[in-house]
Amino acid sequence: MNVKLLFNIALHLLRARFKQSLVAAVGVTFGIAMFISLVSFMNGLNDLLDGLMLNRTPHVRLYNEIQPSKHQPVDFDPQYRNQTVIINSVKPKDRGKSIYNGKAIIHDLKQDKRVVDVAPKITAPVFFNSGTIEISGVVYGVDVAAEEKLFRLSDYVIAGKVADLNQSNSIIIGKGLADKMLMKIGDVVKVTTAKGNLSTFKIVGILQIGIAELDNTMSYTSLSSAQKLLGAPTNYITDIQVKLFDIQQAPALTKEFSKKYEVDGMDYQTTNSQFETGSTIRSIISYAVGIVLLIVAGFGIYNILNMMIFEKMDSIAILKATGFSGRDVQWIFIILSMIIGFTGGICGLLFGYIFTSIIDVIPFNTPALPTITTYPISFRPLFYGIGITFALTTTFIAGWFPARKAGKVDPVEIIRGK
Amino acid sequence: MAALVLETRQLTKSFYDPAPFEVLKKIDLQIQQGEFVSIVGKSGCGKSTLLYLLSTMDTDYQGEIYIDNELVTGKSDASLALIRNAQIGFVFQFHYLLTEYNVVQNVMLPGMKLGKYTKDEIEFRAMEHLRTLGMHEQALKMPNQLSGGQKQRVAIARALINDPLIIMGDEPTGNLDKKNSDLVFAIFNELVQERQQTLLIVTHDPDFAARTHRIVTMEDGRIV
Repeated sequence: MNVKLLFNIALHLLRARFKQSLVAAVGVTFGIAMFISLVSFMNGLNDLLDGLMLNRTPHVRLYNEIQPSKHQPVDFDPQYRNQTVIINSVKPKDRGKSIYNGKAIIHDLKQDKRVVDVAPKITAPVFFNSGTIEISGVVYGVDVAAEEKLFRLSDYVIAGKVADLNQSNSIIIGKGLADKMLMKIGDVVKVTTAKGNLSTFKIVGILQIGIAELDNTMSYTSLSSAQKLLGAPTNYITDIQVKLFDIQQAPALTKEFSKKYEVDGMDYQTTNSQFETGSTIRSIISYAVGIVLLIVAGFGIYNILNMMIFEKMDSIAILKATGFSGRDVQWIFIILSMIIGFTGGICGLLFGYIFTSIIDVIPFNTPALPTITTYPISFRPLFYGIGITFALTTTFIAGWFPARKAGKVDPVEIIRGK
Repeated sequence: MAALVLETRQLTKSFYDPAPFEVLKKIDLQIQQGEFVSIVGKSGCGKSTLLYLLSTMDTDYQGEIYIDNELVTGKSDASLALIRNAQIGFVFQFHYLLTEYNVVQNVMLPGMKLGKYTKDEIEFRAMEHLRTLGMHEQALKMPNQLSGGQKQRVAIARALINDPLIIMGDEPTGNLDKKNSDLVFAIFNELVQERQQTLLIVTHDPDFAARTHRIVTMEDGRIV
């Protein structure tokens, strides 16, 4: 099969019907451009929201869950072995929130090759005192450098500096909290722990995550300040936050770590399961719309090829009479369709890129997301790969049926029919 | 004795639509190298049908066809296409040039398909054929810029491009005036004289037939 010659013939046929071919190609271009725009936009949005969650939740969180002892004293009594024991009114055991041997665990985790980094954290439920009013909230004691590295804390600090947390008894409070208490940077806030310890903190920053529930309650201080607030020793930590290289391994590694260090664990997927569902559905919708657009474009190509074959019956008859087989003729029309698909597809990718670039600079300001200034777009080469593959597949299928018809044209009928 | 170019044995063809009807009845025909044969007969006697069977384009028949002493009956679509490409040249009543290509490209097309020569060689040969037929000045024109006689001469040049064993014509002069008709005949005659080209022409024109070497007359699906 002389591909070059067939290609040449396809090009000549295409040129003879340039306008119709152009319309068909524009159909593909439109489909692909919309597909690229949609998928890039949807994924940009997904990435944004994922980032929001990822910056707030560690891949693996190790902590002590409040729960009853798995083995009650009666279990150890040989008298009741192999008997069903029913205990009423079991209470959770106070193991303390502190992770036993936390520093050693952190040190060990940092050696693990699958772990990017580890950050310790203290969670302390507190009351913020504002005059006579007590506002319940949470103080997170964090290792400032590690927290910044893993969760980009500074992205959410709208006033002040994260580094100032290293000063003793300094605090960054949520915006909602600051608004309620009418406080600004430099003010001093009184904090009472659940156990009654009272401390004063100097506000060095205001934080806004974009989730009102959190902005109204949370605040950050350094590990040592939090330990001091709670009157706890310097090895006191309640959470170990782990960031992994591969987030997909989180559930498996959580199990492994919690077994190894004898603590409870929570993985990213469990924490954000409802969130994953949302992302998946958004992706499905954008792909579905893209595919529908391409199918419509495919029908356009199918129609135009059918018409072209009808008009070019004479040419097909001549080609066959002068030695082109049915397969050759079929390939000519498939190539023709693929040329439309390829040029249309490439233009589609280009326009898709232009559209998404335009969307990418459109201002998008929302008080809920302080770090976002323009609409989110994800420029992933993968989408362009999928786009061109779709374009070629659709046009191949759309071209294949009319081409088969052309291949089966009986030249005798055409020549005699004149 | 000259070599046998084309031979049919007991060639029978039927149409079934609307009613079963035998168009060709056990045709035995032999054509030798260098012969100039015309097939004549009334409309509907089956002469065009016979030509299309011989051309390998129509494969729905009983009996056997040999081209260059080789049985072509029952061959695949692709190998029949190759035979048409390499061994047979066609000239139709209605010129049948590809309107998308210019004159010289039209002539070159079967040569490009065969791929025996390089593109430059094929172009050179195409120009030579056009020159012989007095069409070299029109080489770069598009087919719709040519007259009927000119188109037919281009079609003849195209039929010649692969040095076919036989050239078949279906009423090649049927659509032409007397002057062009004579011109086409003169070209055919010259091909026979100078190149010992085998020609098989179906025609209505008694004048044309009378000047050929051998006349095959058909009536009701039989050679008489």
